Amino acid sequence: MPEISETPLPGVGVRHEFVTTKRVRVAVLTHRSGRREISVFRRADPDACDTVLDLDDDDAVTLAGLLGAPRVTEVLHAMQRLEGLAIDWVTIPDGSATVGSTIAEGEFRTRTGVSIVAAVRGDNTIAAPGPEFEFAAGDVVVAVGTTGGLAQLRALLRP
Amino acid sequence: MTVAAAGGDAALAFIELGAVAIGLSIVARLAGRLGITAIPFYLLAGLAVGEGGIVPLDVSADFISLTAEIGVLLLLLALGLEYTGDELGSGLRTGVVPGLADAAFNFTPGFVCGLALGWGVTAAVLLGGVSWVSSSGVVSKVLSDLRWMSNRETPAVLNLLVIEDLAMAVYLPIVGGLVAQRAFGETTATVAAALVAVVVILTIALRLGGHLSRLLSGATDEALLLSVFGLTLLVGGLAEQVQVSAAIGAFLVGLALSGPVQHRVGTLIGPLRDLFAAIFFLFFSFQLRPSTLVDAALPAVALGVVATLGKFASARVACRPLGVGRSGRRRAGAALVARGEFSIVIASLGAGTPHGEDLTSVAAAFVLLTAIAGPVLARYVDRKTSVAAA
Repeated sequence: MPEISETPLPGVGVRHEFVTTKRVRVAVLTHRSGRREISVFRRADPDACDTVLDLDDDDAVTLAGLLGAPRVTEVLHAMQRLEGLAIDWVTIPDGSATVGSTIAEGEFRTRTGVSIVAAVRGDNTIAAPGPEFEFAAGDVVVAVGTTGGLAQLRALLRP
Repeated sequence: MTVAAAGGDAALAFIELGAVAIGLSIVARLAGRLGITAIPFYLLAGLAVGEGGIVPLDVSADFISLTAEIGVLLLLLALGLEYTGDELGSGLRTGVVPGLADAAFNFTPGFVCGLALGWGVTAAVLLGGVSWVSSSGVVSKVLSDLRWMSNRETPAVLNLLVIEDLAMAVYLPIVGGLVAQRAFGETTATVAAALVAVVVILTIALRLGGHLSRLLSGATDEALLLSVFGLTLLVGGLAEQVQVSAAIGAFLVGLALSGPVQHRVGTLIGPLRDLFAAIFFLFFSFQLRPSTLVDAALPAVALGVVATLGKFASARVACRPLGVGRSGRRRAGAALVARGEFSIVIASLGAGTPHGEDLTSVAAAFVLLTAIAGPVLARYVDRKTSVAAA
């Protein structure tokens, strides 16, 4: 993974930058409104860039989906804006009682009020895992709920 | 009977205001077509309908002046809404040196020019302010029109705007004290009290801003618009009472709002600001006599040249820590040249002082020049640096 640098632009938004493997410097400017500008820096004048793409919020989600980035993060960001809800990433430790059992068997939603919205296993992200999803040690569970509910979930997943 | 009489007056006032608004809409469109800000065109329109202009209006000056004052408050409110508390904090941490250099390079020419014209210290300090502050509106339009937003030098430019705006929170109360024209000791006391008040309000705004924003977040658009508009006038009025200038009060209200509410208020207040601000710019030059503007041309051109070089010098200092090359520094300088809304706000504060008429004329001519020349210069630099790069 190349290093990504972040520069806040007061009153405008934030700019992320990285250098591709072919040594091209790319900037993604995210406006406060959600509009994105993707630019490529010039070789002759490394301080200037040319805008390649102008994307609105929806376009950006579509492009991210096409590029294979998990769309779930967009959904999570939307949820993060909701009042009173928190998101947590919980790793299932070795020897957790839940290893080998399914989401349905765990009855997490009934017991804690928390929804499991995604699971990350190795390099794969499973968006919206179904009730039949079986936990394995080392899985990272992405859960949405109240702070209290998330604390309860963490307690349930402990060995 | 009174109703009928008022009806007749109202009819005339509506016809005149309607005609003026349509005139403004045409110049605003023209400005958009040319890719420059409408401010200089509003100023020219004000001259045309003002005293000694082509088609003098006779609407009630009281009405227009109050509307113009509200325009100033909304301009400053919108400016405060642009930034979050964090951005101001980090701006302050990293931008002090460029900010001071910017003040030295751009305040000094106006101040010296004012003294050289024999206007006395108060008017000279005001002219210094006029030549100092870039127009955030024009600068961000230039940056996005020319697609310079992602460039390496852009954070330096934007940070400089933040610092200038923050500096206004200190500068305007000082000017307010000077304009009051009292004995030296009394002026010092007023200025000190005003500065303390600004610090207090700023602290409250940043501390309690979160609560205020949460309180407002449930409101419908209508209720939100009314409450923010009301709050702005209220805080502005109170600030004016304690000699802090209503504009700063409005600016602080904008700063205090944060999170999703900040964004919503920004979109709600935008059209209202455009409307009232247009009247403010119109009214400003409405009061000028074209003959004084002719006398102001020479000092304004001289000041324009020096203050343009001043912005290039500021850009140099501001770009240094980012390691920006020569073309980038030149772009940053050109982007910053335009002066606009703030310069007019500052000049209007001094309109009632002994050299007020000279001051407002030079300021108007200076803003006309730089607001038109800035974007043109930026385009020229853009073409040049692109060619050099190709």
